[in-house]
Amino acid sequence: MPELLRFVRRMTPILSVRDLKVHFPVSGGLFMRQTGSVKAVDGVSIDIAPGETLGLVGESGCGKSTLGKAIVRLHDANAGSIHFDGRDITRLGRGAMRPIRSDLQMVFQDPVESLNARLSVREIIEEPLIIHGTGSAAERRKRVDELLERVGLQRAAADRYPFEFSGGQRQRIGIARAIALNPKLIICDEPVSALDVSVQSQVLNLLLELQQDLGLSYLFIAHDLAVVKHISDRVAVMYLGKIVEMAGADAIYRNPKHAYTKALLSAIPEPDPTLEKKRILLEGDVPSPIDPPKGSAFGHRLKHPRYDETIGADLSLREIEPGHWVAADPCCLEKADWERASRRVA
Amino acid sequence: MTMSEPLLQVRDLITAFDTDGGLVRAVDQVSFSVERGKTLGIVGESGCGKSVTAMSLVRLLPQPAGKILQGEVMFKGRDLTRLKPEELRKVRGNEIGVIFQEPMTALNPVQRIGKQLSECFLLHKGMNKKEAWEASIEMLRLVKIPAPEQRAGDYPHQLSGGMRQRVVIAMALACKPDLVIADEPTTALDVTVQAQILDLMKRLQAEMGMSVMLITHDLGVIAETCDEVVVMYGGRVVERAPVRELFARPLHAYTRGLLASIPRMDTPRKSKLPVIPGMVASLKDFVPGCRFCQRMDRQLSKLLRERPPFIEASPGHWVEACPSCYDSSAA
Repeated sequence: MPELLRFVRRMTPILSVRDLKVHFPVSGGLFMRQTGSVKAVDGVSIDIAPGETLGLVGESGCGKSTLGKAIVRLHDANAGSIHFDGRDITRLGRGAMRPIRSDLQMVFQDPVESLNARLSVREIIEEPLIIHGTGSAAERRKRVDELLERVGLQRAAADRYPFEFSGGQRQRIGIARAIALNPKLIICDEPVSALDVSVQSQVLNLLLELQQDLGLSYLFIAHDLAVVKHISDRVAVMYLGKIVEMAGADAIYRNPKHAYTKALLSAIPEPDPTLEKKRILLEGDVPSPIDPPKGSAFGHRLKHPRYDETIGADLSLREIEPGHWVAADPCCLEKADWERASRRVA
Repeated sequence: MTMSEPLLQVRDLITAFDTDGGLVRAVDQVSFSVERGKTLGIVGESGCGKSVTAMSLVRLLPQPAGKILQGEVMFKGRDLTRLKPEELRKVRGNEIGVIFQEPMTALNPVQRIGKQLSECFLLHKGMNKKEAWEASIEMLRLVKIPAPEQRAGDYPHQLSGGMRQRVVIAMALACKPDLVIADEPTTALDVTVQAQILDLMKRLQAEMGMSVMLITHDLGVIAETCDEVVVMYGGRVVERAPVRELFARPLHAYTRGLLASIPRMDTPRKSKLPVIPGMVASLKDFVPGCRFCQRMDRQLSKLLRERPPFIEASPGHWVEACPSCYDSSAA
């Protein structure tokens, strides 16, 4: 029976987000009245299984960071729900969130800005332990030493200050802080984007190792598709506040279905000068999330002839191959895929 | 001057910064050349001296701390390090265009972009204001900015990052320079916009026949755009080769490590990536000998004391021949 139990536990997502919307008010005019809203996250649903990594890619302004921050409740949701570890945390207040935070942590892009410059490394890593009342002073001391070793820093680092470290080492400090309370899920928001190539691989290896040893789940947010593919089990592609495609990491790279995913993949410069790549060049930029197109956002950018059909249509994700979900959007799919998608019920 | 002579030839360049701890060399005897109509890539990690090299060429070093101590920068038969400031100003913008990473720092926030573009034409081409404005609109059209007549009247903050970088490229190309120095021109941009900008630069290069010196940390960008590559580490050139040769047969341990450590589309998922252990020493701690040995913690005193020779291992393929970083059997 424990086999079955373990199986069931693995199948029950640690994180389950449904139709999440995060809108920010925009004010203007003489009396600074609300004139509109930025629909940063506009109806997103994702699941993450225990021990799984879901990669989230998209270009700046697509809402991927806002989604990550909304999950750890740094932003409030306007609609939809967030279930974490079986509990609805969508509307929990600060106090009620506190015990949950030990299981739900975040690692940020900029290790310079996310570490308090006036605290020593020991104080930075110890802080979550103190807040959550974990252990005696001596136990906490031991735990910090342990954590430093775990992330590949020397114990002597504890008494130094963030500015004394390189970018890669600072990111290790941020990771040590995030795993201090044995979390179940870590939201990693562009954790290696600011690092040099040779240091980036060190940090990626560390994240993979920690996942294996501690059974962590990750939501890994990044714009570097090769990095995301490397670390993820499944990948979700976001465009203008919505997920347009979601599939296994290998499947999405080998067999992308959505026109935006295809364009994104074709744009990556590959470190191989012998490759002759066929590039899909897009015109223009990502449209503004303040006044997004009424129909298919990417179809609008493509000036697709079928764009008008998408106004008011249901463009939600459909499973067109096992585990491969794509927005049912006639502007962005090949004919066969579109037919399959339109036959499936959302 | 014959056509076979390179457009730009840098020899034994040393650039240092005056700090509290004395002079530290950010660029330590660097030599390379840029051929006419070709693209040279300079790749390396932060602190390797690639940007300082670029700033030295056009003498835009932070003042008063930055100094060129030694070396020559031969450009079309003249040594740029010896030009008077007013002579250099004529070269910069007119014969050499410069593109930096962050377009907002290169643009004047309180001037309409058409006016900023006009400046090149007023200053270097002797046009009147109306002609210069028309020429500016033409440049904006060339870099594919939609509705250029209207955009010329915009201020930089009214444009997106990608559009701003196009304006900076338009400025750098306005006077049809012989050489464009581009320091991480697409690093701050999204991949789809990066693809547009790189494509644009390639197209303009083919049309105008200029040379490009492209500085980047992105080996993918190097592979797709460059003819020749210079790999820098610790303020020095550790390897230099034609692009295909460099990717097919990297000779220096640093280049190999760098190429191995990037995840590629065909790297098995979740596999352990090869890493380069340790990190770059700080400028003031650099040893005179092989700096990659210093990073690898090789305690071989001779390697750390004496600078390895820079040799041509095979025709056109140069490498810093440190006995433990350079595998001569691979050459």
